[in-house]
Amino acid sequence: MLRRRLNHLFGGDEKRVDSRTIYVGHRQCPGTEAFIAPKFCDNRIVSSKYTVWNFLPKNLFEQFRRIANFYFLIIFLVQVIVDTPTSPVTSGLPLFFVITVTAIKQGYEDWLRHKADKEVNKYLVTVLEDGRRIRKESERIKVGDVVEVVEDETFPCDLILLQSSRDDDTCFVTTASLDGESNHKTHYTVPDTEKDLESLTATIECEQPQPDLYKFVGRMHIYRSDQDPAVRSLGPENLLLKGATLKNTKKIYGVAVYTGMETKMALNYQGKSQKRSAVEKSINAFLLVYLCILLSKALVCTTLKYVWQSRDGQDEPWYNQKTQKEKDAYKFLKMFTDFLSFMVLFNFIIPVSMYVTVEMQKFLGSFFITWDKDFFDPEIQEGALVNTSDLNEELGQVEYVFTDKTGTLTQNNMEFIECCIDGFQYKNRDSCSELDSFCVTDGPVSKLHEKAGREKEELFLRALCLCHTVQVKEAGDMETVSEDQIDGLLPPTEQQKGFIASSPDEVALVMGAMKYGFTFLGLDSKTMKIRNRQNDVELYELLHVLNFDPVRRRMSVIVRSKAGETLLFCKGADSSIFPRVRSEEVDRIRVHVERNATEGYRTLCVAYKQLCTEEYVEVDAKLREARLALQDREEKLMAVYNQVETGMSLIGATAVEDRLQEEAAETMEALQEAGIKVWVLTGDKMETAKSTCYACRLFQRGTELLELTVRTLEDGGRKREERLHELLLEYHKKAVQDAPPAKLGVRRSWVTASQEYGFIIDGATLSLVLNSSPEASSTRYKSLFLQICQNCTAVLCCRMAPLQKAQIVKMVKNSKGSPITLSIGDGANDVSMILEAHVGIGIKGKEGRQAVRNSDYAIPKLKHLKKLLLAHGHLYYVRIAHLVQYFFYKNLCFILPQFLYQFFCGYSQQPLYDAAYLTMYNICFTSMPILAYSLLEQHIAIESLMDTASLYREVAKNATLRWGPFLYWTTLGIFHGLLFFFGVRCLFSNPALQDNGQVFGNWSYGTIVFTVLVFTVTLKLALDTRHWTWINHLVIWGSLAFYVFFSFFWGGIIWPFLQQQRLYFVFANMLSSVSAWLVIILLILLSLLPEILVLVLRKPRGPHRRQVAAVTPLSYKNLKERD
Amino acid sequence: MAASCWPASGFYREKKRNCSARTAIFDGGMMKNKEGEVANRPDNTAFTQQRLPAWQPMLSAGIVIPGFLVIGLVFIGIGVALFLGSQSIQVLESDYTGLNSNTPCYECSDASKKNCTCSIEFTLTKQFDGPVFLYYGLSNFFQNHRKYGVSRDYYQLSGDTAYFKNPSDSCSPYIYDSGVPIVPCGAAANSMFNDSFRLYQLVGGTKKPVPLDGKGISWWTDYNIVFRNPPLVNGSLAAAFNGTAKPVNWAKPAYELDTSDPSNNGFMNEDFLVWMRRAALPDFRKLYRRITQGDYAAGLPVGNYSLEISYNYPVIGFGGRKKIVLSNVSWMGGKNMFLGVAYLVIGSLCIVMSLVMLIVYAKYKFPEGDS
Repeated sequence: MLRRRLNHLFGGDEKRVDSRTIYVGHRQCPGTEAFIAPKFCDNRIVSSKYTVWNFLPKNLFEQFRRIANFYFLIIFLVQVIVDTPTSPVTSGLPLFFVITVTAIKQGYEDWLRHKADKEVNKYLVTVLEDGRRIRKESERIKVGDVVEVVEDETFPCDLILLQSSRDDDTCFVTTASLDGESNHKTHYTVPDTEKDLESLTATIECEQPQPDLYKFVGRMHIYRSDQDPAVRSLGPENLLLKGATLKNTKKIYGVAVYTGMETKMALNYQGKSQKRSAVEKSINAFLLVYLCILLSKALVCTTLKYVWQSRDGQDEPWYNQKTQKEKDAYKFLKMFTDFLSFMVLFNFIIPVSMYVTVEMQKFLGSFFITWDKDFFDPEIQEGALVNTSDLNEELGQVEYVFTDKTGTLTQNNMEFIECCIDGFQYKNRDSCSELDSFCVTDGPVSKLHEKAGREKEELFLRALCLCHTVQVKEAGDMETVSEDQIDGLLPPTEQQKGFIASSPDEVALVMGAMKYGFTFLGLDSKTMKIRNRQNDVELYELLHVLNFDPVRRRMSVIVRSKAGETLLFCKGADSSIFPRVRSEEVDRIRVHVERNATEGYRTLCVAYKQLCTEEYVEVDAKLREARLALQDREEKLMAVYNQVETGMSLIGATAVEDRLQEEAAETMEALQEAGIKVWVLTGDKMETAKSTCYACRLFQRGTELLELTVRTLEDGGRKREERLHELLLEYHKKAVQDAPPAKLGVRRSWVTASQEYGFIIDGATLSLVLNSSPEASSTRYKSLFLQICQNCTAVLCCRMAPLQKAQIVKMVKNSKGSPITLSIGDGANDVSMILEAHVGIGIKGKEGRQAVRNSDYAIPKLKHLKKLLLAHGHLYYVRIAHLVQYFFYKNLCFILPQFLYQFFCGYSQQPLYDAAYLTMYNICFTSMPILAYSLLEQHIAIESLMDTASLYREVAKNATLRWGPFLYWTTLGIFHGLLFFFGVRCLFSNPALQDNGQVFGNWSYGTIVFTVLVFTVTLKLALDTRHWTWINHLVIWGSLAFYVFFSFFWGGIIWPFLQQQRLYFVFANMLSSVSAWLVIILLILLSLLPEILVLVLRKPRGPHRRQVAAVTPLSYKNLKERD
Repeated sequence: MAASCWPASGFYREKKRNCSARTAIFDGGMMKNKEGEVANRPDNTAFTQQRLPAWQPMLSAGIVIPGFLVIGLVFIGIGVALFLGSQSIQVLESDYTGLNSNTPCYECSDASKKNCTCSIEFTLTKQFDGPVFLYYGLSNFFQNHRKYGVSRDYYQLSGDTAYFKNPSDSCSPYIYDSGVPIVPCGAAANSMFNDSFRLYQLVGGTKKPVPLDGKGISWWTDYNIVFRNPPLVNGSLAAAFNGTAKPVNWAKPAYELDTSDPSNNGFMNEDFLVWMRRAALPDFRKLYRRITQGDYAAGLPVGNYSLEISYNYPVIGFGGRKKIVLSNVSWMGGKNMFLGVAYLVIGSLCIVMSLVMLIVYAKYKFPEGDS
């Protein structure tokens, strides 16, 4: 980033213009101004953050930018500068530990990046220079170099394809490492370039580097000695991206256009937006509270100190006189340093180690998701993927799930079901399919068992065969094609051809056509070959492909048949085709389309148009012009497409079935039972989506559907806005006002609610709701809409554009109570909502890897969502919530006695505990058990969590991190702190605690309190642990043993580096006193007694909760049962 | 914060993962990728699947009620023992600050009086079982003040003569006495308690001295390991302290603390060691002497006694009090009713709770056997 910014600042003039000019092979071109070699960055990839030299300062700087570290640094500095009770080591050591561990980790990661960078940068590539092939390191490629790449190599930089070894001037690449799409993509050479690259003199003018992988515009000027320079347009299909791999092609030559950090891959590499979990927000809130406690403690102590000192004889007793310096100091300065000293003394209340522990917990904990074999999908040979570990606990907090339909709820495994040609229905069921005749069933129109005319049939099938971007798999690949089919539609004999396409619909359609006798044989240098029913091969010249895009929702091809006819075939969604064809044709087909949609099929309409020569010439010119445009090419192309695709005639429609995902219904049901609201956001038609919703049991038979679609709006024949307003109010009355009270209605009672509502809205209406007239009514609509939606069990939004999906997510996210949202999707169109939601989940589906790349978690199948949320999410949340609360608790009862001690030591900032104990408490004595707990705890068995989805509601709304539980823990901490201090205080009313009459001093006092403290907080955790694995046993008992061992060790040696030996034998002496033993046991038990009582008396958890709870508040039986 | 720094990041991660991902999808077939299967499938171990065998302790009624009962009984038992033990301890305590005219040592409370002695007479009507310990107690004296606590030089006290010349700064303002370094330096040593006591039994008008044993009153480790005298110079401890000054408040230098017994002199003087171990609270007592010898080894017999006090230590200036305590100890140390009472209360509480639970348990008629 910085480098780029610097480049912008210091770069040459060419940086300021919109495009760059590249001289192919660095050859000067005739007719251009003097050749000034423009400076581009070299081809070095730098993904590493640090170098050996700047590692220390840069890393330290970055670490201290974090507030917690900075706070501890300040404390440390205060300790160094001001005369404070504890030595700087006590806070310096933990800080040093934290910083060092993080630095080592980051250093290691950076070393790995360096290694990887080196591997890439030192990779040898072949460059053509002055007719010679030179091997040089990849990092030395300059813009303008002609690079040779052979099969299965990755491209070293972004190249414009000049020459391919394939005859048809194409090459195949996979972009698996860029966007994860593993299918082969075809790229084309720049048309009409010289075969001899040595003599090619050309310049390329293209836009400045930009990160969009799928956008590229440029122009190539080819200079020939005898002609005017020829201009060729360059698009993404000519650009080979760094990181992609050459496939199926022996070798290619390309000219480097973007190198190094300016390649699209490098530009795309950036940290994803930081999502913060709700738990983190809670932590920060608690932190603030504790900071206030800290400040007020220090303030109270400082005030009391001066009040106390003002009393006669207390300020400076004869036995403890002040130094001259102290006497001379200003009173207010003294007060201030006293205040700082108290701050330092109590600073342990804010635990430095909590951040480390939370990070460790998140990092290590996320492995359990990757390791889970239930998430492993044998079909794609992959398990779950965790892209961020920050959000583990957020999985347990989800209130809204936004799901895509295609590929998420459904398999995106298309099967051609039927088609309708000219109003006649052709079913394609295995039972009645014969190879070359259509099976006709009784549809509403085809009662007469009529068939459409043969001509129409063939036209339709030709359209299916021609209007697509499917590729035929090469023979070479066939060997690797295995027998097991995912598409069992066709018998293996027919399956000679493998098809590759970016969308499964297209394959299904081509296969459907094949079924009816029209086989697509392949595309061979702009010629499409199809075999018709008579087994003749028909050839069509492919003139133009008007690509599919989600806005137009259709695609077209322009072909020229052997007979010289120029035809345009178009297929697309009904809504985008119907307005562009004659209306009388529409009526015959619409019935079919709607019926198919209700059955849950995906429908496409097919239309065609014949272009006369003049028309074609005009269209051709426009298309070429638009393609050559350097700016706004997309918009210009779109305009031309829209212009061309008019006045077509409708031939027919297809229906393709998209099966439901495995266990989709069960998953949805479980989510709803868990109190999660499921919204389906799809680009599909309402009918299709609705039937999918029914199939997934999102809508049930009793569900009353509230529809807010273009159709319902147009019912009344009035203005849309008025009708919208009316409907909104009506629905609002129904769903919100007449519903049971909000609290019950929203959160608890949907199971028992008398009437369930489902809400349906479509994209057009949504935009009406969201951006209707600029007056205040818009926000009013929005809130009405939200309220209705929130009271519905399921919401279906159909006909959504990708951006609208994100809009909806955002709207819900920012609504009252800011609920936690989760988006799940598999395609590029879901990326926006995946990024928008609190938690984004990608399905490793068939629409490429874009969703997975942008997600926080990726899972192979929808059904895995259930375990991810109900088991993993719930457990992670409980674990981290407990971790946080426990951390604050244990530091509160750690520091409270020290605070209380100030009242007994003349507010002199005398520490109660020895420095070693202060330092080690959070690092060694109490850190491991809670870490183990927060990784391993299963307060409810995973099976029960999965079986009883409603358990998920117990942790909903951040249940264990709200102020109530926080107050409980804080009270507990205060109670324990008071008990520890005053218990020992009572004992010390007579400090003669040994049977030889000797007395104990202040360090014995502190050590007794500390021993009680360590044992109590550890045993408190032991009480909370419901799941004791050997690891828990090891760390809990190990920590206690370590404490005892350490105390003996620390007090058993005269430490030469210490100024004092105050703890020498204190611990051993303490253990020799029976009274000390007894008070320790007493205090530990007394502290834990309320806890045990609460544990016994509290509401039992687990699957039998309901039966048991109905009988008694006590839990004996249930608990026993679980043993 | 910034927890996102944990997962390894980089360009290359994605690539690695995809190496084993299958390639073609829509060709109707699938790449056979056996290696991928082995590499990708998560380990099926108990740990990775979160299925480690675990003990799930449940506090069921069957455990809790008897548990509470047992704990209660044990606590009551200990409590009774403690209570009786504490009861049996005899304590004789007397404040001798002399604030009021009718209290002992009133005559000495005037700070201007030097070398004042006073005495407290008392009568034992019951045998005072031995061994008897003599404590002195101070109130409102902040030995646990931080500045006071650090105001000492450990290296000096461990006999390192290098620090005799240059005492630690922490001793300030008790480092130098008119330019000569103070040994032992610091407020702690300087304020050493210097009242002394002599106990007499009054037998028929004569004062029979009760021998007071000054040995074994300090921690063994303090006496044998932590505190060391400087190496003798020409066999003389005094010579080792050459070039140093005594603490300003002391009447005599450290090497004259106990001239009668060289092993109790200098920094090894047990009174000094007792003093140097800081008390935990501003009201404290410290062991002064033990009565373990002669006729009194078994305790102080019935009779009249006189305690002679040489009153030197000023406490009135800072609102303090001094007291003298005669006490014997039990196995649990000195007299302290707190522990016994606490154990009794907690013990009974446990029993009450177990009873309450039993009642609730019986009332709800939990079928015990049918789990």
